[in-house]
Amino acid sequence: MRLILRNLGFYLLAFWASITLNFLLPRFMPGDPVSRMFAQQAGGMQPEQIAQLRKLFGLDDRPLWEQYVSYVKSVFTGDLGISISRFPTPVTEVIGSQIGWTLLLGGTALVIAAVVGNLLGIVAAWRRGGVLDSAFPPLLIFVGSFPYFWLAMGALYLFGVTLGWFPLRHAYDAGLTPGVNAEFLANAGTHLVLPALTVVAVTVGSWMLGMRNTMIATAAEDYITMAEAKGLSPSRIMFRYAARNALLPSVTNFGMGLGFVVGGALLTEVVFAYPGIGFQLLAAVQGLDYPLMQGIFLTITAAVLLANFLVDIIYVRLDPRVRVR
Amino acid sequence: MTAVDIAGKTPAATPPAAPTAQGPGRRRGLARQLLGSKKALSGLCLLAVFALLALLAPALAPGDPSLINSTGSQAPSGAHWLGTTTKGQDVLALTLWGARSSMFVGFTVGLAATGIAILVGLASAYFGRLVDDALTLFTNVFLLLPGLPLLVILAAFLPPGTSTVVLVLVITGWAGSARVLRAQARSIRGKDFVAAAVVTGERPLRIMFREILPNMASVVMTTLLGCVVFGITSQAALEFLGLGDSSVVSWGTNLYWASNDGALMTGTWWVFVPSGLCIALVAFALALVNYAVDEITNPRLRSVKRRPVKRRG
Repeated sequence: MRLILRNLGFYLLAFWASITLNFLLPRFMPGDPVSRMFAQQAGGMQPEQIAQLRKLFGLDDRPLWEQYVSYVKSVFTGDLGISISRFPTPVTEVIGSQIGWTLLLGGTALVIAAVVGNLLGIVAAWRRGGVLDSAFPPLLIFVGSFPYFWLAMGALYLFGVTLGWFPLRHAYDAGLTPGVNAEFLANAGTHLVLPALTVVAVTVGSWMLGMRNTMIATAAEDYITMAEAKGLSPSRIMFRYAARNALLPSVTNFGMGLGFVVGGALLTEVVFAYPGIGFQLLAAVQGLDYPLMQGIFLTITAAVLLANFLVDIIYVRLDPRVRVR
Repeated sequence: MTAVDIAGKTPAATPPAAPTAQGPGRRRGLARQLLGSKKALSGLCLLAVFALLALLAPALAPGDPSLINSTGSQAPSGAHWLGTTTKGQDVLALTLWGARSSMFVGFTVGLAATGIAILVGLASAYFGRLVDDALTLFTNVFLLLPGLPLLVILAAFLPPGTSTVVLVLVITGWAGSARVLRAQARSIRGKDFVAAAVVTGERPLRIMFREILPNMASVVMTTLLGCVVFGITSQAALEFLGLGDSSVVSWGTNLYWASNDGALMTGTWWVFVPSGLCIALVAFALALVNYAVDEITNPRLRSVKRRPVKRRG
């Protein structure tokens, strides 16, 4: 319990740091983003938009600490301001309409990569020196050397453009309206395959290597020898005895991966023009939509911290050694 | 010749290779062992080739590489070995010149991030207690903040340019290394010879950089190589997203323009393959050297590898 509270304190501190960063960035930025923005969108702005911007950039003649207090207060009441590029939609609404796609894409990829990677790692460690164990790691290092977005573009070119197996962009066909019916779900599914598979391809290796290494350490434990001496079947020892215990570090990785889902999907979403918040973040940057940019950054940070905290709680349930300490 | 010496030949390494400063005897030992390892040798050769290409770019492909000097979208031929872009620029020239910016940024980011990580790690390990707590907290916060979105936000607010890219990558890249270096420095801090140095009244800075640092040279080396890989790939990612300076020729901007001009949709694969392949080869070369350093300094990795062969053979 103390551990959980201490970690909670740490995550709150980290969240506070990112709020403060968000507060300070527009106020102490060299190069004056306001004039950049006004230069780009001169004339096309409504008075409300300009007022919104003045507030954001701290141009409303209040002392800095007062602005800071009101900023923190508005963040915690869920008021992230109003989007400029999609005026007058509130930032929270823009994020809310898109975070689902990010979670779908990232969640699918994460679960597949974790399951497949862990299974491969278990088998590789169990058959040490076999094909899976000796041929895979160097291959994975080589694949891991390529920039992710480049591999994704390659996959898009090969499977999307040349072979035409998968759609090229977006999360569903333009003509469809989102809804729970077979046609829409099937369509969204085919749009999901290529982006999710590219993420799986580059992340599965680290899952596998991590699992392999802990499995090797676990397989040397006395209780494994004991189980063998009892004459239990190899598959039972492998899964129920060794893998079960070697899975603990993977739980931590899963939490980090969950955070990565929201933050790291940015490149995937950009390459495949997938309408998640990563794609929206880049669009906000290009449209100089500072409130939206900051809102998305805060959302992503919050998601990462929340995921880590949840994993901490699960970890305490799973590993009794942590509870004793 | 160590990897650092090779780095010295690229335009990147203008700052002295201080992070790996170490006793002369040990250095020669590590260097000789590195040259004896096939992995390290092939990695170093690959790096040397790229460093040479980057240096010789003005001689190999004279003139402005982004000059439009032929019809667009030509497949590789005798006149243009790697074909031309949609706009009509020579892809080979773009790739050669791109090596300059990419290697420069990669090694600058690597050196700077490792430098910060060394300072934080050493200070944290040497002073302990409150300094350690504060620095560890600081490091962990940076580790937890999502890297890519933070990169994007910072790059969006700062004025575009190569120095911004470097600064942003250093800010987001040092924390992981600092954690590793702190752990290593802490274990050395507990050794007797450090206690002896403290008792003889040596100054803290001298103990940190003369006593502790030389003894963790291999870890510094691995983190440095890791940081360089981070620098090169993240620069490419940032520029691919259009957040760098798109007028600078680098592998990242080459890919940005390739994607912007729809090179993939029109099937001109030769525009987008070379730059990505170069990034991958440099990263792979660095990973090879890294592996070799690991193997040389961590005997357990070596013996594990050989044992099954012996048993079976």
